Amino acid sequence: MIINDFSITIATVNGAGSQTANNTLLRAIHKMGVPVSGKNIFPSNIQGLPTWFTIRVSKDGYLGRSEQAEVVVAINKASIKEDIQNLASGGICLYPDDLQLPISRDDVTFYPMPVNELVKQSGAEAKLKPYVANMVYVGTLACLLAIDLQEIEAALSYHFKGKQKAVELNFATAKAAYDWAKLHLTKTDPFQVERMYKTEGTFLIDGNSAAALGAVFGGVQFVAWYPITPSTSIVDHLSEYLPKLRRDAEGNASYAIIQAEDELAVIGMVVGAGWAGARSMTATSGPGLSLMTEFAGYAYFAEIPAVIWDVQRMGPSTGLPTRTAQDDILAAYTLGHGDGRHVCLIPGSVAECFEFGFTALDLAERLQTLVIVLSDLDLGLNLWPTKPFEYPEKPLDRGKVLSAEDLTRLQGEWQRYADVDGDGVCYRTLPGTNHPAASYFTRGTGHNQAAGYSERPEDWSANLVRLAKKHDHARTLVPAPIVDLKDAADIGLIAYGTSDSALQEARDLLQANGITTSYLRLRALPLESQLTAFVRKHKRLYVIENNLDGQMRALIQLHVPSDADRMVSIAKCDGLPLTARWICEAIKAHEAKEQP
Amino acid sequence: MTTATIPTPAVNRIGLSRAEYTGASSTLCNGCGHYAIANVIIDAVYSLGIDPSRIAKISGIGCSSKSPAYFLGRSHSINSLHGRMPSIATGATTVNRELIALGVSGDGDTGSIGLGQFKHLLRRNVDMVYLIENNGVYGLTKGQLSATADLGQKQKHGGLNELPPIDLCLEAIIAGCGFVARSFAGDPKQLQMLIKAAFSHRGTAVLNIISPCVSFNNGEGSTKSYVWGRDHELPLHEINFIPLEHDQIQAEYEPGTIRDVALHDGSIIRLKKTDQEYDPTDRMAAIRLLEEERAGQMFTTGLLYINEERKTVVEREKLVATPLVHLPDSALRPPRAALDAVMAEYL
Repeated sequence: MIINDFSITIATVNGAGSQTANNTLLRAIHKMGVPVSGKNIFPSNIQGLPTWFTIRVSKDGYLGRSEQAEVVVAINKASIKEDIQNLASGGICLYPDDLQLPISRDDVTFYPMPVNELVKQSGAEAKLKPYVANMVYVGTLACLLAIDLQEIEAALSYHFKGKQKAVELNFATAKAAYDWAKLHLTKTDPFQVERMYKTEGTFLIDGNSAAALGAVFGGVQFVAWYPITPSTSIVDHLSEYLPKLRRDAEGNASYAIIQAEDELAVIGMVVGAGWAGARSMTATSGPGLSLMTEFAGYAYFAEIPAVIWDVQRMGPSTGLPTRTAQDDILAAYTLGHGDGRHVCLIPGSVAECFEFGFTALDLAERLQTLVIVLSDLDLGLNLWPTKPFEYPEKPLDRGKVLSAEDLTRLQGEWQRYADVDGDGVCYRTLPGTNHPAASYFTRGTGHNQAAGYSERPEDWSANLVRLAKKHDHARTLVPAPIVDLKDAADIGLIAYGTSDSALQEARDLLQANGITTSYLRLRALPLESQLTAFVRKHKRLYVIENNLDGQMRALIQLHVPSDADRMVSIAKCDGLPLTARWICEAIKAHEAKEQP
Repeated sequence: MTTATIPTPAVNRIGLSRAEYTGASSTLCNGCGHYAIANVIIDAVYSLGIDPSRIAKISGIGCSSKSPAYFLGRSHSINSLHGRMPSIATGATTVNRELIALGVSGDGDTGSIGLGQFKHLLRRNVDMVYLIENNGVYGLTKGQLSATADLGQKQKHGGLNELPPIDLCLEAIIAGCGFVARSFAGDPKQLQMLIKAAFSHRGTAVLNIISPCVSFNNGEGSTKSYVWGRDHELPLHEINFIPLEHDQIQAEYEPGTIRDVALHDGSIIRLKKTDQEYDPTDRMAAIRLLEEERAGQMFTTGLLYINEERKTVVEREKLVATPLVHLPDSALRPPRAALDAVMAEYL
């Protein structure tokens, strides 16, 4: 028997309504106490193209992508040949009994499912039939893999928010399929789900929902946006949570969400709101980030708080809008012309999406600058298990703002760009502050300490030097890396963001091959001193990332120039999340070169 | 015996002198229309008695967009990016509904690079005054043709303009703007009345002001020149603005010569008829007038169109009465129990 250690791929057609079925399976297995994660590999299309949903069942808690599935539900005629070919040896294939199998394999067990017959028996009305049809594979899988039917029913109830009619219709079909399979299929394969106790107190959520929740609890006041995959659901979830959590007794809102005409206007609105003193943000992806470039430089130089969530997808250009990558690292960090670098936060889990939801707003106001959060499609759209999110410990950080009372106390003596505290962060006033000395002139042109227009070389360089100092100050405020040092390790692995799941598994695989590794997961830019220490501590360093150019490696090389030639890039960009096997093999191959 | 009187400086109704509404000294060319407009803005805001700390000056890039430095020095100001003033204004006014936003833009900033943002700002009806200082050229880059240049206009750097000009008043009306006026930097009296009225309008008030560029487009035959403006201006009406705070101006008018337009805040625009018959609440009439005058190269000024019925952004978004930026942190971060409840739903 192979218990709780395999992957299920459901190959369907986009738009066929399989999400309910897939999430039902995912949640049912999760509720059986077995660590599970789901990855939706879908096309940039509304209806008709192939789509794959992979559920990884892992007793060891590995949540990263596995390259091969052991179980496939082959429903899509267009991809069935490929789906059978890709199946792991010894795997199983479930297919609708009216589908002609294009190929056979001796090392695979095939199970037919009477989809049409069971849908007919369900009595579902025509428009619901495709959805009900998906319940056939849910029931058949439940029978073959021993997934608890009660958990299936509970998951459906959760999905339909208790709407009894929908639950009954779907569950009846799943149950019918279960019963049919019990009677007609003889199980000859080894795959089985067995109850564990590893998921208690955890739940499944996608990164974009978590990010939206984090922003809500971060007191976000202004959101501007323009639809773009895969970031749109951050705003969808803000539009869901904010009305519930941030309206007064009369139903009036303490926030505004504006859909703009394009990303140029989006970032203009966010910067305008930030200038006026609101906690403001947007969510976008690569092409949108490109359009925000000019204002990014403006926010840096005029020192205006703003937050951009960049849910990265595959570029360059339009790229693959529905496929994941970590490929905006350099673009985000240096967004804009001229000198300037931006604070970037890089969440590696859904819990960090929540945390950075409010941390980003705090840092933007504390540092009076643009903060970019670099999530990605894999983290943002897929469901990940997590412990309940922790309520923010610290109060909102509104940064250095002078009120009318402060100005009276200072007898009106202040300068917008004077570094009073020596940390490069100056004091600002907000428009509308009722004091004769409150106003100043905000501009992207050269300015002196008093915010007056200046072309003097000394003013220009003093300002840039102070901004660089502020960036250095940011190093001490951004989330520190997570470091796991192993005494015996010569090898240091450096990664970031959503690849964390694959990294944890890759380290175990490497260890099984006798290779001990330390691991540092970056969580922010600018880079800081713990990274330097980690680099110095290890003989060989691998920077693992989901882009081809080795973008983070380039930044690390700049950060520790004397160690630059020791940084090996383990980089790949094919639209899919990195896998532990690939990381392990790439490192082993390089190690073999090092020690022939 | 006579008593010596100490001369007291003139102050407005909130006790501020005109000097407290001025700005830094101008770096515009001598005679620039924008400078004339800056002075009219100072006069208008001073005599309305608006607290300058409540005003936010918002601009894009260009000669016009620099000009906020030269008036209302006690107001916050943001000189943003080329063509992007509307988006900055949208964000700033949404989060602080008490700000009185004064946008300053030019024909390049609004009619070329910023046309999209201009139209969408008007669709949204952001509550603000939007001044376009229109001179038909790019002044700061030395006189290239702009989108409002005359057909047949010749520029040393831009060559011959063979494209029809964009009429920003027409664009504004079509986009749904509820206050559209045209004026002339050489007619400060009318301009001041229009600016005052614009501050009382609920929603976006667009003033397209012909503002001659003395360096690059003030030649004979240019419809953006002082001479042409003075010779051709056709005021639709004589305009007077009567703010709510003031007693009604008592004057005798011949019956049928006066039309009062009541604004949302209770103030009144009083239009005295000229030879023309014109109803500024008639949208189709405004469009017809602008089409006719374009064909005839005429220069009609005054209040072209007014409609105060449309909701503003803040009204549409159903925001709390307190400006969002003045809300206490407790109103922004939901309590611990709220997070627990959300978590419980997921579990």
